[in-house]
Amino acid sequence: MLIGPALALSAILFSLGVAGVLLRRNAIVLFMCIELMLNAVNLTFVALSQQHGLSGQVIVFFVMTVAAAEAAVGLAIILAIFRHSRSVDLQNINLLKG
Amino acid sequence: MTEVVFYCFAAVAVLSALLCITQRNPVWSAIWLVQTMLALAALYVLLGAQFIGAIQVLVYAGAVMVLFLFVIMLLNLGHATSDLRAWPVWVITLGFIAVLAVELLPLMNYSSERMAYEMTRDPKLSDPAVVFQAAHAAQQAAVAQGAAGSIAGPLFGTYLAPFEITSVLLLAALVGAVVLAKRRV
Repeated sequence: MLIGPALALSAILFSLGVAGVLLRRNAIVLFMCIELMLNAVNLTFVALSQQHGLSGQVIVFFVMTVAAAEAAVGLAIILAIFRHSRSVDLQNINLLKG
Repeated sequence: MTEVVFYCFAAVAVLSALLCITQRNPVWSAIWLVQTMLALAALYVLLGAQFIGAIQVLVYAGAVMVLFLFVIMLLNLGHATSDLRAWPVWVITLGFIAVLAVELLPLMNYSSERMAYEMTRDPKLSDPAVVFQAAHAAQQAAVAQGAAGSIAGPLFGTYLAPFEITSVLLLAALVGAVVLAKRRV
């Protein structure tokens, strides 16, 4: 069954994703870390679907769709930001700062 | 045997995730993230979700990561830069990770007997085979209809409305991406 080890692995991967989001300033790397966190949650769904029925796998399907949509829109926003300020460093994106 | 393979792929996933968040060149980050996703696809197959494993390789490791690499190449970001934050953020991050680990790592001790007892609150009724009948039904469906067919049942039955709404979401994302990436915003 291996549910416990899979849950522990997804906890580790989620923590690594959080660390990446907090520590890096490159907007694209930050997006990749968000994908890492989504993958960790998907692993939880798949592990528990062994015991709680196939709904978990269907939810993973939806999470993947939303992640693909999010990546497309997010990367388009990064493209627009780069065109505006010639950089994707989040330190330079402080237009709304008072 | 399954456990040995599982732990091998788990180690690969954790190591490549670590390399993904520590590489200074975004291209290498993306490559290591692809490695993480492939290892996770193997884990899905080991956990009995063959269809999700295939979709993971096709959609995530294929389409989404190609999109990432495409943007990295388009913006010419493929060179190493130091983009780590200052030390106060490191302290906050370590605290955050510690809290997350304390909260989530006890899930390692998950057992189906304990879960069945928590759901029924009655030692006589808490037989996992009785409580988790959905698992048995899922196994039977997988044998009768195959890995893809057993997911198609709930996807086009119980979850038909979310499935249709997802198509609207994808259309909105498509239009939004085109509008945002156009030359004049």
